[in-house]
Amino acid sequence: MSASNLPKNSASAQGNGKQTAAAGLLERLDFTRKSSTVVFLIAILTLVGAFIWWLNIPFIEDIFTSGTITLIMVLGFQLYMGNSGILNWSYVGYVGIGAFASAIFSMTPAVKAMQIPAMYPFLVNLHLPFPLALLSGALTAMLVAAIVAWPLMRLSDAVGGITQFALLIVINVMLSQWAEVTNGPRTFTLGGARLTTLWVALGVAVLVIIWVFYFKESSLGLKLRATRDDRYAARSSGVNLVAVRYFGYVTSAFIGGLAGGLYSHYILSITASSFYMSELFLVLSMLVIGGSMSVSGAFFGTFLVTLVRQGLRQLEPLLAKGGIEASGTTEIVVAIMMIVFLIWRANGITGGGELSWASVQHHLPGKKARIQKPKEKE
Amino acid sequence: MRAEILLEFFINVLSMGSLYALIALGLVFVFGICKLINYAYGEFITASAYLLYFLGAYTDLPWPVVFGICILAGAAIGVLSEWIAFRPFRGRSLDALLVTSFAISVILQRAFQLGISPRSKAVPVPDFFNMNVQLFGVITPLRNCLIIAVTVVLLVALVLIMKYTPLGVAMRGASENFITARLMGVPANLVIAAAFCISGFLAGVVSIFWSSRTGSVEPLMGAAPLLIGFIAVVIGGMNSLPGSVVGGFVYAFIANILSLTLPTALLSYRDAFMFVIVIAFLVLKPEGLIRGNYQEERVG
Repeated sequence: MSASNLPKNSASAQGNGKQTAAAGLLERLDFTRKSSTVVFLIAILTLVGAFIWWLNIPFIEDIFTSGTITLIMVLGFQLYMGNSGILNWSYVGYVGIGAFASAIFSMTPAVKAMQIPAMYPFLVNLHLPFPLALLSGALTAMLVAAIVAWPLMRLSDAVGGITQFALLIVINVMLSQWAEVTNGPRTFTLGGARLTTLWVALGVAVLVIIWVFYFKESSLGLKLRATRDDRYAARSSGVNLVAVRYFGYVTSAFIGGLAGGLYSHYILSITASSFYMSELFLVLSMLVIGGSMSVSGAFFGTFLVTLVRQGLRQLEPLLAKGGIEASGTTEIVVAIMMIVFLIWRANGITGGGELSWASVQHHLPGKKARIQKPKEKE
Repeated sequence: MRAEILLEFFINVLSMGSLYALIALGLVFVFGICKLINYAYGEFITASAYLLYFLGAYTDLPWPVVFGICILAGAAIGVLSEWIAFRPFRGRSLDALLVTSFAISVILQRAFQLGISPRSKAVPVPDFFNMNVQLFGVITPLRNCLIIAVTVVLLVALVLIMKYTPLGVAMRGASENFITARLMGVPANLVIAAAFCISGFLAGVVSIFWSSRTGSVEPLMGAAPLLIGFIAVVIGGMNSLPGSVVGGFVYAFIANILSLTLPTALLSYRDAFMFVIVIAFLVLKPEGLIRGNYQEERVG
């Protein structure tokens, strides 16, 4: 916390070696303008989580846990799309891969033999404890991304969009047809207890918030953002576009896989169709409404859309009682919200900036702090 | 016997290819001018098909009138969607447009589910569509011949429009370089509305033949033609009208070949194979079979 007043003094500290390194690091982490974001986001999430845990109402706890898993999904999505500016349709495919892979790793051989009789024998005998299974699932998603992504990173704009879209369809067909691994089009049931509890989801979300935020601030993240803002300027400054996009994409696939693993151990029965257009639409709407260029945007977008969706979902049965068929209205409302945001506030709730100590100070009456907001991009 | 099998294959490819060419053309007309990949295009087709269902099942109108209304309604939907949803995004980032078209597609799908029915409805088809005709010793339903004939007529008409009318020239100019075309006095609103109108018109034609082939209409039916359109457009060349037609036929050819030659165990993966081909095309030959005048940016 004491870092908040350090940047001013750092110029005088440049004389002696050790202090310079420490001061340089602190200056780069710049609490007021940068690192405070992480503290704020984690504090909000943890406080809400602890409060809901204290309330101890299973229904609300479920909403919070699934919302937190979605948050991890949206954060991973933001990591690539927000920093590179490329719409990554294939992302939910990696979420699906992570979900199936981690489930296969964590299930006991006996359960697997019963649930998925067609499964390859070598997969049946695999068995890992839950945390390792989660990690292995995420690594599987990352590996798939690492293998296919390199040639795709050269494509931008419409062509890049269609390629990612095609990739999503390929992944979906594989997940829904490969009966020896995913039980084909039938439901894949995990069996056993729900391993993703409120605190597990919360803990992973905290780690992912830290990761995604410092990725954005890291040199790799900075280069990736440079390719987003001006491709040619970035190239002429020596940024290897394909390489930085590749590492961003693969990292994003890892977080997606992690979210998928948490999801499958939360919901306990999955099919390939859970990781397709409607899921993609959900993640995309959250990021667009929140503001795709910032981590805070992903955070508050998820928060808002989850609240709206759950609220409407409670209304639907009420409307149905009144004789109005209303299932599906939720998505229409979210879609309209998204279009409205795109028209009048293209950079989302956060406007592309981060929630930080400096931005809070800026809005407090009587105090003025200089904050730098990223310029709106056409 | 061999010759007949070959001929049957040929007719299948031609009739499927004609339908796919029309689908792809509808996508490319909008893409060429706005550089927008219209994800809601499939829902244009669904909407026209629902109209076909209502007119065919609940009214006694003669078939040509029903078809005419469907096609015109398709064109109207195209123009309306441009007017309501896409016009506010003029001059904004392409991603915003893309996301909007995705959102519109979701809204329309859910609206069909809510307003009509989530289950599929049987579409009435005129009897002469399914009448079998003999063509050089091969028996095929008449609609296969009809779609080929309709496609030929439409292609000739479109070529004439694009080549010789002022509107067509303006549209071609706008698809090459929109800004320069505007500087030359081409009205942006008119050209874009015309592109959406033609796109919707084609969707209307496609809806008739598509739903007569599947025999039903359901809220999510637009996804299949949309994906086919994507593949055809990518294979043929994203920025050229003739390319999309060629792409439609090539897609029909590849799909038929894969259906015939893939072992049954792999047949359910056909879509995956198709999209792997798409990705390969985009990576190795992003300009497609026929090179358009506008080229996509590419790095590395």
